[in-house]
Amino acid sequence: MQPYRYTERKVHALFRNIFNLKSSGPIVALFIILLILPPIIPRFYTYIIALMFVTGLLAMSLNMVVGHGGMFQFHHAAFYGVGAYTFALILTKTSLPMWVGFVAGPMVAAFVGLLIGWFCVRLSRLYFGMLQISLGSLIWAIVFRWYSLTGGDDGIHGIPMPSILSSLTSSYYFILIVLTICLGGMYLIFKSPFGTTLQAIRDNPQRCEAVGVNVRRHQLAAIVIATFFAGIAGILFVVLERSVFPDLLFWVLSLEIFIMCLLGGWFTFLGPMLGAAITMALRTFVGIYTEYWTLILGIILILLIFFLPEGVMGLITEKFKGQVTSYMQEQK
Amino acid sequence: MDIGQVFTLSALGSQFLVGLSRSMILFIVCSGMSFVLGVLRVPNVAHGSLYMIGAFSAFSIANLFGGSSVGFWLALVFAPLVVAAVSLIAERALFCHLYQREHLMLLLFTFAIMLILGDLVKLIWGAEYRSIVAPPHLRGSIAIFGSSLPRYNLFLLIIGPLVAIILWLFTNKTKIGKISRAAAVDREMVGAVGINVSWVFAIAFVIGCYLAGLGGALVAPTVSITLGMDHTIIIEAFLIVTIGGLGNMWGALVGSLIFGLTQAFGVLFWPQFAIVFPYAAVVIILIWKPTGMLKSVW
Repeated sequence: MQPYRYTERKVHALFRNIFNLKSSGPIVALFIILLILPPIIPRFYTYIIALMFVTGLLAMSLNMVVGHGGMFQFHHAAFYGVGAYTFALILTKTSLPMWVGFVAGPMVAAFVGLLIGWFCVRLSRLYFGMLQISLGSLIWAIVFRWYSLTGGDDGIHGIPMPSILSSLTSSYYFILIVLTICLGGMYLIFKSPFGTTLQAIRDNPQRCEAVGVNVRRHQLAAIVIATFFAGIAGILFVVLERSVFPDLLFWVLSLEIFIMCLLGGWFTFLGPMLGAAITMALRTFVGIYTEYWTLILGIILILLIFFLPEGVMGLITEKFKGQVTSYMQEQK
Repeated sequence: MDIGQVFTLSALGSQFLVGLSRSMILFIVCSGMSFVLGVLRVPNVAHGSLYMIGAFSAFSIANLFGGSSVGFWLALVFAPLVVAAVSLIAERALFCHLYQREHLMLLLFTFAIMLILGDLVKLIWGAEYRSIVAPPHLRGSIAIFGSSLPRYNLFLLIIGPLVAIILWLFTNKTKIGKISRAAAVDREMVGAVGINVSWVFAIAFVIGCYLAGLGGALVAPTVSITLGMDHTIIIEAFLIVTIGGLGNMWGALVGSLIFGLTQAFGVLFWPQFAIVFPYAAVVIILIWKPTGMLKSVW
């Protein structure tokens, strides 16, 4: 078996798939709309959309492990926070050039992901999640208390950005470009032999083991890749907000992005992005009328669990293509 | 920080007792979570919110009697019952329809309940800090090991083992306890012999939540009651239950002792990083024994 060999034909088919006008037409149109949007709409909405991008990237990176990999990645926010803090610390505490921060953020997040994942993949589902929560909480506790380095519970504010990223519009474009590159990379991984093997492991780990797939190594690789992207999302958050705080690594955020994945649809590629966008939009608009946003979120989540376990994107896919994995039903 | 001063025997002894009494609170909360986890196989994320509701209801009931001694004892009796009622409603109205679903969905459902309860507490009691006082004969402190220990902590040290014994008697000597243990091992078989498993689950869930409420009511005089106490306790409870062995009551006790004592001694040795110590202990234990110290029921 040669699961990793990219034949030339496969690559061509993949690119034909991506640049197929019929399927990618709406996405290109959406991209163009997002490009021309900032000068038209008010600043506040530009900010909200940029925040949607950042959160959406985070949710999609989580979905690589949870939806496609079937692992209980319960503390994904830890890696997001590690990426953000690494970037912020390099910018504020050292005199290294900025690109070092851009490289180091995701690398450190992926390294922490490798360390934590190495312990986690040896365990079965719920224990995997529990060990990850405890390791992630350890990181949170250290960040929360190490006042001299991380600013403790205050965090670090007013992180200096170079002039090219100083305005909201320029950081919006920066985030959009990075997001597009990341989504392209994620899509290639999703459709690659590695991605399909990962989904096969999700559906039936025993059979994959039997045909000679190294399940743990695949899972670990998926965790490292996902945490790398989570680190990138962390950097984008710093670019947008110019501050970091310990709530970025708190487990509540981890479960919130879980909800975004559920809302958008676990088993679709763009679902988590949609889920994040819906969640952020709701939070913004509900926040105008009431301060009880989490109450609304809880009710939405209950409705989702009861009526829409495949998520919004899952529903759309089902309606239009009539094919959706029935993984949830099989897991009974 | 003078080493000689810190490591005196009396300081160690008093810190040990403080940690022990903290462990008792943790044990009462975690034994409830462990019980639910054992029978229903669901990590109940809303457990911390129920603990918070227990503390807030204790405040309200004690306040009703103007902070008198009677009010405190009534709060200790009725606050957990309020929590049990809330959990019964949540279970019968929503949760019982989901038992056939995947674990992850059940976990996310309890998270939704946590979000809703958190905001309901904010709606009912507001965001201010609250506190209640212990009755006169539990105030002040007494001398043990040449150092003083608050009387209330001593009270906790009595209550904790009492709860453990009652819970042990319940699960091992009563019929419903035996049925719930059987349901933990094989729910289909329990259903096949003609027992209504759905109600067994409901009772187990309510008992677990009652313990969360009891923990909340007991902790109320020692801390300031505020929003956000659910977030800290739930993560601690999760970790304790995991290092003890999922669903094992004695595991919850061992885990609570480890967590409470490492935290207490952490305060003594390195106050700034006191909260890091228990997490580090948990990580070391989980890497050493990934499925917990004691046998898990799973």
